[in-house]
Amino acid sequence: MQQALAATISILFDGVAYAMLLFIISVGLSITMGLMGFANLAHGAFAMMGGYALVSLMLTLSVPFLPALALAAVIVAIISIPFERFLYRKLYKSGELDQVLLSIGLVFMTTAAITYLYGPSTVSVPVPDFLTGQIDLGFSTFPTYRIFTIVVGFAMMIALWFGFERTIVGAKIRAAVDNRRMAQSIGIDVDKLFVLAFALGSGMAALGGGLAIEIIGMSPNFALTYLVFFLIVVAVGGLGSIRGAFVAALILGIIDTAGKYLWPDGGAFFIYALTVAILLVKPEGLFGKA
Amino acid sequence: MNGLENLRARSEAARAYFVARESWRWSEALPWVAAIAAFFVFPDYMALGTQILIAVIFALSLDLILGYAGIITLGHAAYFGAGAYATGMLSAHLGWGEPISAMLFGGLIAGLLGFVSGWVLLRYHGLTLLMLTLATAILLLEASNAAEHWTGGFDGLVGISIWPLFGVFENDLWGKTYYWYALGVLFLCFLCARRIVHSPFGRSLVGIKSNVARMHAVGTPVHFRLVAIYTISAAMAGIAGGLFAESNAYVTLDVLSFARSGAVLIMLVVGGVGRLYGAFLGPVVFLILEDELAKLSPEFWQFGIGLLLVVVVLFFRGGLLGAADALRDRLKRGRRP
Repeated sequence: MQQALAATISILFDGVAYAMLLFIISVGLSITMGLMGFANLAHGAFAMMGGYALVSLMLTLSVPFLPALALAAVIVAIISIPFERFLYRKLYKSGELDQVLLSIGLVFMTTAAITYLYGPSTVSVPVPDFLTGQIDLGFSTFPTYRIFTIVVGFAMMIALWFGFERTIVGAKIRAAVDNRRMAQSIGIDVDKLFVLAFALGSGMAALGGGLAIEIIGMSPNFALTYLVFFLIVVAVGGLGSIRGAFVAALILGIIDTAGKYLWPDGGAFFIYALTVAILLVKPEGLFGKA
Repeated sequence: MNGLENLRARSEAARAYFVARESWRWSEALPWVAAIAAFFVFPDYMALGTQILIAVIFALSLDLILGYAGIITLGHAAYFGAGAYATGMLSAHLGWGEPISAMLFGGLIAGLLGFVSGWVLLRYHGLTLLMLTLATAILLLEASNAAEHWTGGFDGLVGISIWPLFGVFENDLWGKTYYWYALGVLFLCFLCARRIVHSPFGRSLVGIKSNVARMHAVGTPVHFRLVAIYTISAAMAGIAGGLFAESNAYVTLDVLSFARSGAVLIMLVVGGVGRLYGAFLGPVVFLILEDELAKLSPEFWQFGIGLLLVVVVLFFRGGLLGAADALRDRLKRGRRP
């Protein structure tokens, strides 16, 4: 009994940490897809760029972990702007097929470039002492790094909620998600919002990519391997819904972790079956607008 | 009276247009002549040639739903894989290795799967449909992985033994028999596809792709038509999968992978979507380039195919064939005074 309880707590904890990672990476995708209606399969590539930017900053330029993490996010956010301006923007009015193909092409190019620059194997970064080891929370001990990830995830959730619900920019983005033409006609500069949201989303993906190195690992295949997971979070949560992405990430993270512990051979099957079931019943996702 | 005459003349003109559209052109012999010539010019590359022909059948099946009916899928490998496993398991578990019937069995199983999944999935649109097709294919992959007893799981399905074709022609080491076999199957599949896209049924699919609301309005049973073409496409993909299993005598989970769904989509787009022969050109270019470039460096190949996709999407919407058409039009216009 004691053992089962300990296992449950451990699964829940690891699941939540994994979920926060998925949330941080995917929420930007949810916002940009809801806002621009762009089927972007290359979002994971920005997360991957963030991970490798962190590696370069720490190992080559010896920047400490926390500033490097923030810097990597900023760098990737800036890098992403020309992508939106010169590539994505051309296809906002095209069909999903063109959008899917363009973004798959970008994933391939990023993957190849990163393999060329950093080699094909998994990379790691030195985590500072205060984030290694375990913390005793009274009833059980937990790895500090995962607690850190969970804290960052919740902080992002609160910051995003505040940004969207309580600031004027957030209100403009919500207006544009709901009805782009109406937003435009009352004088909101939707083009500028697109750039802003895209850079913000890519930056958060990069932050998630940096955090992911120590939890799920980082290799040039990252963008393709986790592509489906990011898309599931967005589709199940509902396009453009922060709350939806949060809940979907929690469901996915916890179930996937539980599946890996309890039923290693067929655990993944359950995730996809659940995804299909949810989308069949609610095609617009759990919190999407109908 | 004049109005009726006018109408009759117009409908006659429309009929002539459709007949001319469907009639065979000389240039259409080109790919077949090239395929036969390849047998004599590159006798050492017949194994690759067979894989290219299989990929052409697979791409053709995708063209039917994507290019004509406008169904975007990220999981077409589900049907290729279902066909491959059905054919493979028929031989490995039940000991039936007659190639043509085993391949048709693969097509049948894939077609059934296509009918059932299409019936459910084709009610959805856009991103939801993309996600559902993607998740369905992965679901099938995970199921095959878990059903190790039947499929061999991660290690692959072994023990496939295929009898000689027509009881006479063995599958030789150089893939020569199977090159002709695959070419024959491709020709039959192509005849079917060509007949379908020029039929009233095929035209109604193009109508659904262009303006689904209007097709509803004129009373077309849209969902039924989509399910019908999806089933045909899935069966054709299953036949390609069955051929794949027979020619390799080995099936792994890879036949169901997202990479395979993505690759066939890329091949078709590079060749040209919605123009039957695009499904011929794309796989040839893709697989030969892959064979040559991946030898030099896999990164180089991956970067190249990524760049090609971006360029095709931004500048050559019709793929290579579309670009060739545009070039021909420009030359024609240039020659005129």
